[in-house]
Amino acid sequence: MAVQTQQKSLEGYVGFASLPNQVYRKSVKRGFEFTLMVVGESGLGKSTLINSLFLTDLYSLEYPGPSHRIKKTVQVEQSKVLIKEGGVQLLLTIVDTPGFGDAVDNSNCWQPIIDHIDSKFEDYLNSESRVNRRQMPDSRIHCCLYFIAPSGHGLKPLDIEFMKRLHEKVNVIPLIAKADTLTPEECQQFKKQIMREILEHKIKIYEFPETDDEEENKLVKKIKDKLPLAVVGSNTIIEVNSKRVRGRQYPWGVAEVENSDHCDFTILRDMLIRTHMQDLKDVTNNVHYENYRSRKLAAVTYNGPDNNRAAKGPLSTKSPLAQMEEERRDHVTKMKKMEMEMEQVFEMKVKEKVQKLKDSEAELQRRHEQMKKNLEAQHRELEDKRRVFEDERSNWEANQRLEQQKMEASRTLEKNKKKGKIF
Amino acid sequence: MAATDVDVFSFNTVVLRLLPVLGDITLQICSPSWLSQSSSVASFISRCCLSAPLQLHSLVVTNCLSFRWNEEKRSLNLGGHVGFDSLPDQLVSKSVTQGFCFNILCVGETGIGKSTLMNTLFNTMFENEEASHYQNGVYLRPRTYDLLESNVHLKLTIVDTVGFGDQINKEDSYKPIVDYIDTQFENYLQEELKIKRSLFNYHDTRIHICLYFIAPTGHSLKSLDLVTMKKLDSKVNIIPIIAKADTISKSELNKFKIKIMSELVSNGVQIYQFPTDDEAVSEINASMNALLPFAVVGSVEEVKVGNKTVRARQYPWGIVQVENENHCDFVKLREMLIRVNMEDLREQTHARHYELYRRCKLEEMGFKDTDPDSQPFSLQETYEAKRKEFLGDLQRKEEEMRQMFVNKVKETEAELKEKERELHDKFEQLKRMHQEEKRKVEEKRRDLEEEMNGFNRKKVAAETLSLSQPLKKDKDKKK
Repeated sequence: MAVQTQQKSLEGYVGFASLPNQVYRKSVKRGFEFTLMVVGESGLGKSTLINSLFLTDLYSLEYPGPSHRIKKTVQVEQSKVLIKEGGVQLLLTIVDTPGFGDAVDNSNCWQPIIDHIDSKFEDYLNSESRVNRRQMPDSRIHCCLYFIAPSGHGLKPLDIEFMKRLHEKVNVIPLIAKADTLTPEECQQFKKQIMREILEHKIKIYEFPETDDEEENKLVKKIKDKLPLAVVGSNTIIEVNSKRVRGRQYPWGVAEVENSDHCDFTILRDMLIRTHMQDLKDVTNNVHYENYRSRKLAAVTYNGPDNNRAAKGPLSTKSPLAQMEEERRDHVTKMKKMEMEMEQVFEMKVKEKVQKLKDSEAELQRRHEQMKKNLEAQHRELEDKRRVFEDERSNWEANQRLEQQKMEASRTLEKNKKKGKIF
Repeated sequence: MAATDVDVFSFNTVVLRLLPVLGDITLQICSPSWLSQSSSVASFISRCCLSAPLQLHSLVVTNCLSFRWNEEKRSLNLGGHVGFDSLPDQLVSKSVTQGFCFNILCVGETGIGKSTLMNTLFNTMFENEEASHYQNGVYLRPRTYDLLESNVHLKLTIVDTVGFGDQINKEDSYKPIVDYIDTQFENYLQEELKIKRSLFNYHDTRIHICLYFIAPTGHSLKSLDLVTMKKLDSKVNIIPIIAKADTISKSELNKFKIKIMSELVSNGVQIYQFPTDDEAVSEINASMNALLPFAVVGSVEEVKVGNKTVRARQYPWGIVQVENENHCDFVKLREMLIRVNMEDLREQTHARHYELYRRCKLEEMGFKDTDPDSQPFSLQETYEAKRKEFLGDLQRKEEEMRQMFVNKVKETEAELKEKERELHDKFEQLKRMHQEEKRKVEEKRRDLEEEMNGFNRKKVAAETLSLSQPLKKDKDKKK
C-alpha cells in the first residue's frame, strides 16, 4: 500500500530535531544487552581475548575458563555480567563452547552449538508470540567469534564445516588466534589463503554495512582488507619504553596487544564494541532471526506438524492464520464442487432407476393387456359356440317337438282310423 | 514462624506453581496466611528441591507471593575504557538514517482550527481545503508529509476528522475514528504475523497522538466530547486542547480548565500523562501535567510587533501572539508534544495501546498462553494445535456431506424399492384375477362341452329312434 507523501519545507523552528536526543535518553534508561559466542579449540586464547576486550576478569580464579574444565562432550555455557561505563549499562552474555574440536572424532561437534542458537531463537519467538507480552529479554546470539588456529597454511576441514553450518544462523567473525606466532608476511599469506577458501566454500561471514559517509566507508574498506583479524590477547601490564602497555613478554621482546603494527586487536575492539555492536544486533534481529522464524512458521502451515520438509515453492508472505483462511476458502469451493458432482451422480442414478421401473411397469401392463385380450377372445369364441349350439339345440328340439306332434297326431289318427274308420 | 514449621505445613495449605519464564523461575504461592511469612517461605523454598545454582533475585509481593530467581548475574568493574558507552550513539545514528515516523489525529468540530494549528505547529502550509458543514457522516482524511529539520527526517501523517460534530444525530460520530485507529493496529498486527515479514522498514501508520479540540464555550465539555474521548482513551494517547483560546479571558480560562479536568476525572477518561520517570524531564513534565488542557491559538499570519515579526492574530483591541506564553499555551504544547515527549508517545502507542489491541484480538481468535495444565504454549504448538483443529474441522465437514449423501441414497433406494414392490403386488393381483377369469372360462367351456355332448347323445338317440319309427309306420301302412 504505497502512501503518497509530499515534501514540505519548514519555515521556522519546529523542534523534532531533538528526536535523536529523546531516543538517546530512552535507550540509556533501558540499558543494553549483548550476547557474544566464542568458538574454537582449547588453548587458542579465547578467554584471554574476552578478558582483554572487556578489560575485566570474566574468567578468573573463581570462574575458571574452559581450559580448566575436563569435559567429554561439547558443552555450551553461559555467563552473564553487568558492566557500566559512562552511564551506559550493558548486560553482556558470553557463551562458551568448551570441548569444541577437542575430541578425536569431532563429527557433529557443532550440533550442540546449533541447537543452542536455535533454542534461543525459539525462546524469543515464543515470547514474541505470547498473548501477554512483557519485556522481551533478548538472549539471542548476536555475534560468534570463531578462532582459527595459527597454522599458517589454511583452514582446517572442521573450520570450514563449522562456518558453513553456522553462517546462516549467526554473524560469524573469524579470527586468527595467537597471532604472535606469525610473522607479518606469514600472516598476510595466511589471511589471503583463508579469504580465498571462504569465498570458495561460499561462506558468508559478517559483512560490514556500507554507509553514506565517505569517511566511514574508507574505514570500512580498511577493515575489510585486513580480514580475518589476527589477534593477540593479554591483560598483563608491561612497561615498554616507560609506557605501560598490555602485552606478552618474550625473551626477544614484547608483543603489544594494542599496537596495530603487532596485531589487529584494536581493530577488532573498535569494530565489535565501538562501532558495529548495534549493527550486529540489528542483523541478528532482521536477518538471522527472521530466517529462523519464517522457516519455523512455514513448516507449520505448509506441511502440518509432523512434516519438517522445507516448503515447496516460495514462502508465502501471509501469516499462518491468513494461510488457514485461504485454505478454508479453497476447501469450501472444493466441497461445493464435490457436492455438485455427487448431486449429479445421484440424480442420474435416480433417473435411471425410475426409468427402469417405468419400463418394467409398461411391460407388465402390456402383457396384462395382451392376456386380457386373449381371454376376451376366448370368451367371445365360447359365447359364439354356445350360441350356435343353443340355436342348434333349440332348433332340433323344436323339430323334435314338431315331429313328436306329428307323430302324436298321426298316431291318434292311426288310432282313430283303426277304431272307427272301418265303415 | 520458623522455616521448619513451614515444612510441616506441606502442600495441602499451599498451591505451588512453577512458571518457567525465560530463564527466570516464578513461584506463585497462593495462600494468604503465608503473605506475612515471606522470609521463612524464602528460606524454606531455597532449601527445597531446586538444585540449579539459583539465587534469590527479588521479592515481589502481589496478591500472592512471587519470587523470582535469575541466572547468576555478576557486576564487574572495568579496568579501563572499553568503549561500549558509544552504544546509544550507534543506536541513534541508525535511527536517524532510517528516519522517524509520527502520526497525529486531530479530532474536533469543523472550523475549530485544527488545520491552522497543524500549520502553526510545524511551521509550514499543509494543503487543506476547508471542509463544508454538510457532510453526511464523519470521515477521516490522512495526509503524509516528509519533513526535514537539521539532519532529521520525519514522516508526518496528519489525520483529519472531516465532518465531526456537524450532523444532527451524532451518536455514531466516534465510530469512524475508532475504526480507523483499529485498522492501523490491524495492519501492523497482520504484518507482524506474516511468515515473511519486514518490520524494520514497515511504514508505521498507527496513531501516536490524538489532539482533541475542545470548543471554547467556557462552561464545560460537551457530551459529544465526553463520549468520544471515553471511546478513544484506551486506544490512543489523548491530549485535550482548548481551541481558539483567544476568546476566553484568563480568569474564565482557569475555571474552564479546572471544570474540564474534573469532568474528565469523574467520567474516568484517561488522558495522556507526560512521563515523570526520567529525571532529565520529570520536573518539566510534572509541571506541564498540571496545566492541562492547553489553551492554544493558531496562526500563520505574521504581524509586526515592536521590531519583530511574529505569528499572531490582529484584532482591533490588540495582537494575540502565538508564541507568547502569557497569551496562550502554544509554546507549551509544542514543547511537550514535539521537543520532549515525541519518542515517549511513540513508545506508549506501541507498548501499551497496540499491545492491548493485540491481546484482545488474539484472545478473540482463541489463542491462549497456557493450557489447562499451566504449561506455557510455544508458538509452534499453538499453531499446530490450531492447524490440527482446522484440518479436523474440514475433514468433519467432508464426512458430514458424504454421510448426508449416503443417507439420501439409502432413502431413495428404499423409496424406489417400495415402489417396485407395489408394482409387483399390483401385477400379482392382476395376474391372479386373470387366472380366476381363465378358470371361469374353462369351466364354462367344459359345461358347454358337456351340454353339447349330452345334446349330441340325445340327438343320436332320438335319431336312431325316429329311424325305427317310420318303418313301423310303413309296415302298418302296408297291411
